[in-house]
Amino acid sequence: MKKKRLGLSLSLLLTAGMLLGGCGQAKEDKAAEEGKGNGFSVAMVTDVGGIDDKSFNQSAWEGLQKFGEENGLKKGKGGYDYLQSQSDADYATNLNKLVRSKFDLIFGIGFLMTDAITEIADQKPNNKFAIVDSVVEKPNVASIIFKEHEGSFLVGVVAGLTTKTNKVGFVGGMEIPLIEKFESGFLAGVKAVNPNATVEVQYAGAFDKADKGKAIASSMYASGIDVIYHAAGATGNGVFSEAIDLKKQDPNKEIWVIGVDRDQYEEGKIPGTDKSVTLTSMVKRVDVAVYDLATKTKNGNFPGGQAVEYGLKEDGVGIAPSTDNLSQDVLKAVEEWKQKIINGEVKVPKTREEYKEFEATLKK
Amino acid sequence: MNSNRLTNIMIPIFAVLLGILAGAIVMIVSGYDPIAGYSALLYGAFGDRYYIGETIRQVTPYILAGLAVAFAFRTGLFNIGVEGQLIVGWLAAVWVGVSFELPKFIHLPLAILAAAIAGALWAFIPGILKARFKVHEVIVTIMMNYIALHVSNAIIRSVLSDQGFKSEKIHASASLRSEFLQSITDYSTLHYGIIISLIGAVVMWFLLEKTTKGYELRAVGFNQHASHYAGMNVNRNIVLAMVISGAFAGVAGAMEGLGTFENISVKAGFTGVGFDGIAVALLGGNNAFGIIFAAILFGALKVGALEMPSSADVPTELVDIVIALIIFFVASSYLIRLVLNRFKKEGK
Repeated sequence: MKKKRLGLSLSLLLTAGMLLGGCGQAKEDKAAEEGKGNGFSVAMVTDVGGIDDKSFNQSAWEGLQKFGEENGLKKGKGGYDYLQSQSDADYATNLNKLVRSKFDLIFGIGFLMTDAITEIADQKPNNKFAIVDSVVEKPNVASIIFKEHEGSFLVGVVAGLTTKTNKVGFVGGMEIPLIEKFESGFLAGVKAVNPNATVEVQYAGAFDKADKGKAIASSMYASGIDVIYHAAGATGNGVFSEAIDLKKQDPNKEIWVIGVDRDQYEEGKIPGTDKSVTLTSMVKRVDVAVYDLATKTKNGNFPGGQAVEYGLKEDGVGIAPSTDNLSQDVLKAVEEWKQKIINGEVKVPKTREEYKEFEATLKK
Repeated sequence: MNSNRLTNIMIPIFAVLLGILAGAIVMIVSGYDPIAGYSALLYGAFGDRYYIGETIRQVTPYILAGLAVAFAFRTGLFNIGVEGQLIVGWLAAVWVGVSFELPKFIHLPLAILAAAIAGALWAFIPGILKARFKVHEVIVTIMMNYIALHVSNAIIRSVLSDQGFKSEKIHASASLRSEFLQSITDYSTLHYGIIISLIGAVVMWFLLEKTTKGYELRAVGFNQHASHYAGMNVNRNIVLAMVISGAFAGVAGAMEGLGTFENISVKAGFTGVGFDGIAVALLGGNNAFGIIFAAILFGALKVGALEMPSSADVPTELVDIVIALIIFFVASSYLIRLVLNRFKKEGK
């Protein structure tokens, strides 16, 4: 009896939902049709960082906005849009939500969405997906990956030449292979130009915990480290705020932050001055990659099943255009190393194992 | 008695309505359309079969987390450690899920049992500390949450994967998912866990209301000294209540590990399900069946909220505000009770 009643109430709930769904759906479809000016719509799902993380997700959204504006699309259904994830459980729901809103191309921004995209790509073989920072081998998924180790190597060169205390710090987000690419490249860059420098590596365990970033930065600066490179998304904002706080107390203190993903010169601005604590930034042109892929897909050249790689050669990574805090010598050194990497003279390590081999070759 | 029960049911409903109303005011003040906002919320939660599937999926761990909090509370204990017990339960379930290959009818119950035991053990520690040394369970359970988070992260890295950030997928024989449920909900992550959580609610009701032990547990919750005087072993009941509460929380973790995700990945922070469980228990009046309804409300809010930014341009943060307002009004039930009684008297 109890079971029966339960079943009844469940099915009631279901029917009610379907009825409601019926009304809702018709409206949605109409809205989608109206917005579809030239028949192409594109959307993205952010990870927990959100589109104002001043880093990775924001860059992707900028690329999408540019694409949308150039093609006369409106923000929203049928044009270009984004959904923000609040937790890991939201990735699949958000991706499916965009599928249901009939977007033509759906981006998953970030490594953490690999599983969700893999699963949904199988379930919805007629939809087009793209993932940034990971490779998903499905015919309806295009993968975008970056050679972050190459860009990190260049900012490593900058850090190695700039540090006065010969102590440099690295703050990572989560300890995943992707961030280890940043770490290995950076370490290699520092050691290549300054074998005496030591690099302290710490992981915050999250991409959205600015307070943790600040705490790590605080202890690093206190221990004499004068340059910190962060590869930690929104967690890195804490590194900036700590550096700015220290600079406010003592404007002559020589401490620097190296930004990541976007040109973070503005993030490092010290209030009341026109100076910035941002030494340079390792720029990862997620915006360019997202824009490129959306354009290609719109023109009918969706690179499904392929992995497009962006490195120094393709201008997908590199140092930021803001160079106010860099000396000519440093810039020259960066340019030299950049050429060496591009013509293959230097092979930048992208894992901790490769870094060990790289370090061994330096000692010879 | 009858009118009392009515008041008890009216209070949470009133609180929810007030919360929604206050949420609407917040939306108007911030320049958003509350009708569009709430219809998007409703659509995102129950709009079509996919969303219904997702909502039920979200409701599943909420029910169990709510039961866990409520069970301890009925014995007079604040189990703030549901979050941590959930994480170790999740870990244990996935561990069993990836390590063995067994027929489904053994494997699945074994994985769930492992989760229940893990959660129970995790709650046993604060229970025994409370019973033996009078250490306050709130402090211990909060600290145990952090221990659970970081220990399980370390185990995922070193044991369940090779320095990676997630475990392998569990074997199909331990999975709660089914093709049938996916096909009727258009590939949502709905799984059979909902049945387990409903059984959990019945178990809690039966344990507390229909058994001698349950009577003892409730008696300890009402008045420890009187129970002691009546010859009950208060300390043993405290430990028992925590252990059962932890087992519920562990099973909630199994729902995530065996159903929703089918693996476990390194967590940057808490899942939040355990903490939301406190609100669910509060709203459900610590009653097994009240909790089911409260969990449905919270699950619908959580899943529906994802629709608000895209359809109505309302930021998801506002939904958190609405949830917070509802909790606020439930917590201030005294005020609502006062108003209700006043009205009743005037009616007479």
